[in-house]
Amino acid sequence: MKVLVAVKRVIDYNVKIRVKADHSDVDLTNVKMAMNPFCEIAVEEAVRLKEKGVATEVVAVTIGPKASQEQLRTALALGADRAIQIETDERVESLAVAKLLAKVVEEEQPGLVILGKQAIDTDNNQTGQMLAALTNLPQATFASEVAVQGDKVNVTREVDGGLQTVALTLPAIVTTDLRLNEPRYAKLPDIMKAKKKPLEVKTPADYGVEVASRVSLLKVESPAERKGGIKVASVDELVDKLKNEAKVL
Amino acid sequence: MSILVLADLHEGALAGATAHVVAAAKAIGGDIDVLVAGEGVQAAGEAAAKLEGVSRVRVADNAVYAYQLAEPMGALLVELAEGYTHVLASASTTGKNVLPRLAALKDVSQLSEVIGVESADTFLRPIYAGNAIATVKSDDALKVMTIRASAFDAVSNEGSATIEAVDTVIENAQSQFVKEELAQSDRPELGGAKVVISGGRGMGNGENFKLLEGIADKLGAAVGASRAAVDAGFVPNDMQVGQTGKIVAPDLYIAVGISGAIQHLAGMKDSKVIVAINKDDEAPIFQVADYGLVGDLFEILPELESKL
Repeated sequence: MKVLVAVKRVIDYNVKIRVKADHSDVDLTNVKMAMNPFCEIAVEEAVRLKEKGVATEVVAVTIGPKASQEQLRTALALGADRAIQIETDERVESLAVAKLLAKVVEEEQPGLVILGKQAIDTDNNQTGQMLAALTNLPQATFASEVAVQGDKVNVTREVDGGLQTVALTLPAIVTTDLRLNEPRYAKLPDIMKAKKKPLEVKTPADYGVEVASRVSLLKVESPAERKGGIKVASVDELVDKLKNEAKVL
Repeated sequence: MSILVLADLHEGALAGATAHVVAAAKAIGGDIDVLVAGEGVQAAGEAAAKLEGVSRVRVADNAVYAYQLAEPMGALLVELAEGYTHVLASASTTGKNVLPRLAALKDVSQLSEVIGVESADTFLRPIYAGNAIATVKSDDALKVMTIRASAFDAVSNEGSATIEAVDTVIENAQSQFVKEELAQSDRPELGGAKVVISGGRGMGNGENFKLLEGIADKLGAAVGASRAAVDAGFVPNDMQVGQTGKIVAPDLYIAVGISGAIQHLAGMKDSKVIVAINKDDEAPIFQVADYGLVGDLFEILPELESKL
């Protein structure tokens, strides 16, 4: 079974973001970029499926500027076999990403597609679900456990009330939550080997998909800063403040 | 304007978040319908009919919608969305699971986790874990949006909408419900509680969360946790407050043994009053706390419980 993994280049999760002075967007110049953490979990899961003998090939795909090839090389170093970059400098929305991925699914015919549940830049949490709808494949979002059994996959999902398990008929779409696995670090020899693995470059036009955005970003602002308050010296003082000053007890 | 709100359910009953999503629909303005879809959901439909501002409740009560699986729910929404200008759902795990399918099949974009309404086509939403707030305008004829419930005050229960049955049945052979393990608790749900008390890695183990439960029972509070406490296996995932867990905005939030990682702050920094209890007086949580108390939580918590 072939497994397709989608990855996204985003701002490194440790970086404190800055809003541009003209409020047009977040400032990404000279900022450290990395693979979206949920995508790392997706790559790890695919590689583990290959190590278990469930998957025969892992294909990583990304949509983004030339620099996003770095994230594909990371995926290849982690164990993916080959990669596809769909190159564009546009701000591509989830729907267009899902349309492009749907074309890749049509071409590659994977048994399983694994994506991160959301990217930590736009926080949309949409692409996997949209891809499932467009390809008419079943979906399991927010996965904390994935078990392939014959022509089905059982996925345990982190839902608001606890955990839910669903069985999907393959091929299927899965999106990862935090506790699915702990991604490994790429070793130096694997990073060297990854440079020689195949990486194909395409464009949205190759797939006949229009990526122009339908949502205009009018303004980006910093949230209202919360000011630190005071330190109290004792439990008595805390209870008194909550009762008489904040009036929340 | 004509708005369809997908009701959030919790074990077949109407979830509190729905009243907040209806409030967001009122801010947009226009006729508001609520769709209640599930199995054995007549009572939930009646509860939805009482939400102020709702004119019609549409009830799809059928076994195919049990557990609100994404595939039949998405297809049902595609059938029913005709004629509406907006379709809204709470940014719960169900809303997030289902709504993007509707958007994709209608060939429109989705706006996720909306926290403010500027006009019928312009909205505010957090990006980068709430470290920036974007104002976005949608040019799509149908606006599909998930709403962050904590950002809108719930509407009252003084409405009286008409209720009508939806007969549409969507067959689904692609996905199957296997089982669920839901947390059982008599305490209020995290998303709607007026008071939340959360524990972090500093709690040491799951057993020590009992120290929080005693206080929670006195305050009528919900109990939450940081990602570190969930990752360490102290407590289950449904208790996680943060960017990827639940977003809460109670009147009082008490953070115990939580250092205050950005990930956690994203889930609670809109609370009205924040209290932090931590032994490290340099912990970042104190930068957002209204009242900080530095000390050993194992001494502070029993004392606090006895003095409430």
